[in-house]
Amino acid sequence: MESSLNAPVIFFASIFTNNILLANFLGMCSFLAISRELPSAVGLGTAVTFVMTCTTALNYLVYHYLLVPFDLVHFRFIAFIIVIAAFVQLVEMLIDRYSPRFYVVLGVFLPLITVNCAILGVCLFMVIRKYNFIQSVAYGFGGGLGWLLAITALAGIREKIKKAPIPKALEGPGISLIVAGLMALSFMAFSGMIHVG
Amino acid sequence: MGTLVLGLLTLSGLCALLALLLEAAHAVFTDYGPCRISINDGAKELSVKGGGRLLGTLMDQGIFIPSACGGRGSCGLCKVRVLEGGGPLLPTETPYLNAEETANGTRLSCQVRVRTNIVIHIPEAFFLIKEFRTRVVGLRPLTPSIKEVHLKLLDPSEIVFKPGQFIQFYVPEYAGSPEPVYRAYSIASPARLKSEIKLVITRVERGVATTYIHTLLKEGQEVRINGPYGDFYLRPSDREMIMIGTGSGLAPLMSILYQMADEGIDRPCTLYFGVKSRADLFYQEEIRELAQKLPRFRYVPVLSQPLPDDQWDGETGFVTDAVARDVKDGSQMEAYLCGNPLMIDAAVKLLTQRGLTEDRIFFDKFN
Repeated sequence: MESSLNAPVIFFASIFTNNILLANFLGMCSFLAISRELPSAVGLGTAVTFVMTCTTALNYLVYHYLLVPFDLVHFRFIAFIIVIAAFVQLVEMLIDRYSPRFYVVLGVFLPLITVNCAILGVCLFMVIRKYNFIQSVAYGFGGGLGWLLAITALAGIREKIKKAPIPKALEGPGISLIVAGLMALSFMAFSGMIHVG
Repeated sequence: MGTLVLGLLTLSGLCALLALLLEAAHAVFTDYGPCRISINDGAKELSVKGGGRLLGTLMDQGIFIPSACGGRGSCGLCKVRVLEGGGPLLPTETPYLNAEETANGTRLSCQVRVRTNIVIHIPEAFFLIKEFRTRVVGLRPLTPSIKEVHLKLLDPSEIVFKPGQFIQFYVPEYAGSPEPVYRAYSIASPARLKSEIKLVITRVERGVATTYIHTLLKEGQEVRINGPYGDFYLRPSDREMIMIGTGSGLAPLMSILYQMADEGIDRPCTLYFGVKSRADLFYQEEIRELAQKLPRFRYVPVLSQPLPDDQWDGETGFVTDAVARDVKDGSQMEAYLCGNPLMIDAAVKLLTQRGLTEDRIFFDKFN
């Protein structure tokens, strides 16, 4: 049976109540690595949003028109990863060719997210929660925006934190994980508004 | 069984389709057609195939820009001024450029892609850099981890270099490296021998080039090098010299010492050579011979971890500790340092504290 939630609700939920980063803790590695400065965090977040939206749509088609008819759903992990990797490469080539300016802002981050687990995670949730095409695209786009929101917020906090007296042992990744945990706690305030999957 | 085969076939089909798509896209989108590169106000005009990186494209045309990392954007050596057609500055370049360089259009040539006609400016000296075909005529272990590679030049048959400079060694693709790489090594032999050079190469754990040289390179084999590069060489003056080398960092210092012996340059000079234990010392005989020709030369080997068997009664500790004990006032001295970056940073700090000005400290950092 299909999910009964409508697309705008899923879109809203994937940003706030079920943020892929702060509720599911997916995509942590690039979240921690690239969140030192605001501009690169926004660049990476935008790239994730773009790739997530497009690959959920692509993987929806691959899943429902290739894997399901051939009874290959148990291969979905591999198939999804291959599609994501190929798509990212293709987009990088296109951007490099046609928009050098855009390449500086976005393109250099693309190779970093080929294996971002948040992107694979969104594609898998789409299957588990039985979304239709419109719902999947809304979920992918919202998931990406949620990821962008989370990394932008973390980068903002980390820029401020540079001047704070942090205990020696917690400098760097330590304090970032604590900040991420507190952010997750605060996002839990949204839960209860909508119940998804 | 049928399901498995069908599954594998379908997945393989999907992969093949995507791979074909990427190959096609690569052929279509990264083909920029013919481009023109104009160098130094038209002193040289090249017509090249667009789409590649500037560094590699110039190298294919016989113009060699110094680069130690092999085009990965991690050494910052391959700087050229791009006056037109370089595209925007990339985030991968900014860490290596200061404000003045950014303003005058300096770029890392390994990061700039040739997409259109391009106008660049390079130092005249780069035109002198050539590619040489050479033959390995000797491979000699100097220590358990260091080998001396003796190369005879075939074509061109002579190289003119300043003692202290380095060349780049071409390592072809092999099991340990999917693509060919270039690595920089200093010349250890005297400049008077124009038709042969010696390199001193330490085996680096998991190092792509040094593993190749230590395990696969054979006597009689042909190898390609290009050079010479670098601004690490003897400056003419009468000042007292301090030379500090660690490990294979002794190589360029040896070449400089040979030059002093050959040209009769008589300056007070102390060579501090730092290694771990007695087994890591090399070129001891050669240094002794040099000491006989250089009346005011002094040699101080320093062991950081002498073994009980070494029966070492010389200097111990870091090489910089020995320098710190010896040198009290360095204000009239000149220093030549070569070796690992940590030693160089420590030595520069120590020497400036002892009164050497930075313009009299010359160094070659090994990465």
